[in-house]
Amino acid sequence: MRALKSRFVQVLFSFVLLAAVLGTAQVTPWNQLKFPPLPAFHPQQPTRIQLANGMVIFLQPDHELPLISVTARIRGGSVSEPAGKIGLVGLYGDVWRTGGTKTKTGDQMDDFLEARAAKIETGDGSDSTTISLNCLKGDFDPVFDLYLELLRNPEFRGDKLELAKQQMYTGIARRNDEVSSIVGRESAILAYGKDNPYAHEEQYATVFAVQREDLLNWHQQYVQPNNIILGISGDFDPTAIEAKLRQTFDSWPKGPQAKDPDIKFTSPKPGYYFVQKTDVNQSTIAMLDLGILRNNPDYFAVSVMNEIFGGGFSSRLFNNVRAAKGLAYSVGGGVGTSFSHPGMTNIEMLTKSDTTVVGIQALYEEIDKMQQKAPDADELRRAQDQILNSFIFRFDSPGKVLHEKMSYEFYHYPLDFLERYRSEIDKVTAEQVTQVARKYIQKDKLAVLVVGNDAEFDKQLGTLGSVTKVDITIPPPPKALMEQMGQQGPGGPEGPGQP
Amino acid sequence: MKRRYTALAALLLLVVMTLPLAAQDLASFEKRVTVKTLSNGLTVLILRRPEAPVFSFFTLVDAGSAQDPLSQTGLAHMMEHMAFKGTPDIGTTNYTEEKVALAKVEQTYAAYESERTKRVGQDPQKLAQLKKEWQDAMAAADKFVIKNQFGEIVESHGGVGMNAGTSYDDTTYMYSMPSNMIELWAAIESDRFANPVMREFYKERNVVMEERRMRTDSNPTGRLIEQFLGTAFAANPYHRPTVGYASDLQSFSATDAISFFHQYYEPSNMTIALVGDLDPDQVMPIVERYFSQLPAKSKPAELTTVEPPQNSVREVKMRDQAQPIYVEGYHRPSYLDPDDAVYDAITDIMSNGRTSRMFRSLVRDQKIAAAAAGFSGFPGTKYGHLFAFYGVPLPGHTNQEMQKAIQEQIAKLKSQDVTDEELQMFKTRTKADLIRGLASNEGLAQQLAIYQTRYGDWRELFRYLDKVDKVTKADIRRVANKAFQNSNRTIGSIETVMDPAAAGKGTN
Repeated sequence: MRALKSRFVQVLFSFVLLAAVLGTAQVTPWNQLKFPPLPAFHPQQPTRIQLANGMVIFLQPDHELPLISVTARIRGGSVSEPAGKIGLVGLYGDVWRTGGTKTKTGDQMDDFLEARAAKIETGDGSDSTTISLNCLKGDFDPVFDLYLELLRNPEFRGDKLELAKQQMYTGIARRNDEVSSIVGRESAILAYGKDNPYAHEEQYATVFAVQREDLLNWHQQYVQPNNIILGISGDFDPTAIEAKLRQTFDSWPKGPQAKDPDIKFTSPKPGYYFVQKTDVNQSTIAMLDLGILRNNPDYFAVSVMNEIFGGGFSSRLFNNVRAAKGLAYSVGGGVGTSFSHPGMTNIEMLTKSDTTVVGIQALYEEIDKMQQKAPDADELRRAQDQILNSFIFRFDSPGKVLHEKMSYEFYHYPLDFLERYRSEIDKVTAEQVTQVARKYIQKDKLAVLVVGNDAEFDKQLGTLGSVTKVDITIPPPPKALMEQMGQQGPGGPEGPGQP
Repeated sequence: MKRRYTALAALLLLVVMTLPLAAQDLASFEKRVTVKTLSNGLTVLILRRPEAPVFSFFTLVDAGSAQDPLSQTGLAHMMEHMAFKGTPDIGTTNYTEEKVALAKVEQTYAAYESERTKRVGQDPQKLAQLKKEWQDAMAAADKFVIKNQFGEIVESHGGVGMNAGTSYDDTTYMYSMPSNMIELWAAIESDRFANPVMREFYKERNVVMEERRMRTDSNPTGRLIEQFLGTAFAANPYHRPTVGYASDLQSFSATDAISFFHQYYEPSNMTIALVGDLDPDQVMPIVERYFSQLPAKSKPAELTTVEPPQNSVREVKMRDQAQPIYVEGYHRPSYLDPDDAVYDAITDIMSNGRTSRMFRSLVRDQKIAAAAAGFSGFPGTKYGHLFAFYGVPLPGHTNQEMQKAIQEQIAKLKSQDVTDEELQMFKTRTKADLIRGLASNEGLAQQLAIYQTRYGDWRELFRYLDKVDKVTKADIRRVANKAFQNSNRTIGSIETVMDPAAAGKGTN
């Protein structure tokens, strides 16, 4: 591990004297300790198999417990759903499981699985859907059969679709109740633009428009072997399981290849954006921009810069805005990174209403400092150490290793990306940190969102620049849905989202 | 609120069902757990789990916000924040001078506070002068601070998951590190609890105020919970917010915090559990060497106030700019009650997963709620607390419908036995939850520390399963009839009022 700093020697010296005087236990002060090297640790890597139909399988045996776990990740997610049916993939990810198979209802599946204490679940994301199982090794065959039935022959029963829609309507009706939910939603809209699929939000009308056929069609279109990466871990014999999986999936003919969505990314329009919320005494400030992809050569310098700027308990934002100024409990952020699209750059803090503008200025000050002066050797080393010394926690279980490899496979990244990351982080220089700060966090390009009660602000936002008021009124349900909900409508007598 | 069951839980419970796991695991754990009470009274547990060269720890201080002194609500939580501020060796450029400066801060604050709180005869000019003296003293003390050095040491040496928490019942500290850092861990963690320094106290008070604004003032559910608990409890400190009332947060001092520390952060009132790639023969002597620094004092007195029986229904009805939500709670005794496992059975049968009664009745069949559950342990378990039910109405449905449907489910529980399947499900799930907690270093450290503290023996973690196995259908009916009485009920709700002027004017 790294050599320790020497600037505390004086303190340490006085401590030693003090200890001697008081006759306390013989302990070594923290900054004088020497650490043995961490024992060599080579986590087991999963075996990768690619079938002729394009399906990729990872095997990761793990004999600690007599359990088997399977996860299939399937290309195609909510960013590919049609604009008029936003919510389709969310409903799909729920009803795929609850709607059952051709021969078993979802409720019957619950009974079947609970009796074996096994689980089969489905899920959805922006670029993929998943279907997973967990069971005792001894039950693997019947549970895996049911898993395959759900994978190949789901029924998407109408009653469960309706239940899932009701849950989604509830989410819509409640989405302005809490500041954090407003901020999360409006941040994405500002950073990506309201028409970008990464900022899409479901509305009553778009959820109402989704029909059972849409779910069946989605399934037909995307659940094809060449779109699937399947990982299996647990207590199995790799040779036998490989034979079983080949036998199961080899005969599945290749289908249409899921296309990567063609999405245009444009930078946000700079300025201040304000959402009025009269029942709060604290403002949330979010400074937003498009971030970068993880295959960007700057990714490693950005990771170190983020660590210095806004990551964790020893970052500048935490030190200066929270600890030194006492302006916030929650403060942090940095340049956003994602595997498949520009991440969302977000520098966020929550501060009392009457320090809203002071808070914005405090964040600006930290941005300026990050750009004007390179971190000193100590600060850079600490940030790198933070990433490198905690590296072991990225692969301290076979499951984590499997998960990493599946991600790289899914996003077409090199399978040794993690190993590369480690060596690249070590090479980042102070100059590179400053360069990426200048390149990716530019004050005059940020969209600054403020959600709060402006009657209590220290200064009006208008004193900082032009302010756009953001209307968060929830569009009412279509008439047919309104009738279905009963006369009261979604928000009770007074309706939803009235100002 | 309780999280839904996870896939992992269910799969793990099978291990329990097919193997005589409780007994076997206890035996296997007996071999791997080392427990030692140091001469100062501190209890240390080490469990070897050499899966990867890492370890996790969990430190539990058996004092929480229920121990906050009168007019000093939020002090236990404040102390938790201060435990990250360092020691004479961590976080300062010159402690000798800083110590003098910090004493000056306290002295000037006391003078300011005494003038500020005068009911009669306050002198504004004097007040301003005293405030300035206090602020100048703080600025002078700040010059010695190395900001967040404690967190920086942990993180730059590979520590992850650094956190702490304050509940009504206890205060906890945790993170994980590579296993070669065990001595560094012992050095800084023992220093932290042997020699805490109250630097930057008044800035941190502002940080906590922001935390209060975020969790309570600016959050409808947070507002409801504060009002609800304030209504349900009268004598027990569970009626006060853990984060503290705003006026207390703007009043208490670093002197108050350190006095709380000396009273409750006493070695015999603390337990530390370490789990991971650690050889107890090597590690226990290191832990002992460092943690023996903590001076032994006397164990703090137990809280003796017992909440008197509630003899009439209470209600808090909030009119707020938020969608409706309904909750009702019933008093029950502490976790030491012989029926504790029966309450757990009721929680499980009512709320655990897609087959639970609340989900099937309110969500699936009646289609009136987006979510509904009933659970024990609110807002703590150490003292008499609440068994609470809640319902989140679907658009177009009302709190009245939640109340009616919840009452129907309670009536059913009181008048009819649960099914054999339901009872069996509870028993197997409980075993699953236990095992799930054992699957990670973090989870194990937490469980060992909690059970050691709560029962004086970590083995209760496994022995509890015997109590679970003994729960009968008759027990469930008996306990439901005892606890779920109308006169023992507190109701809380949010009714939607979108007009800001009308909101916040609740009835009751």
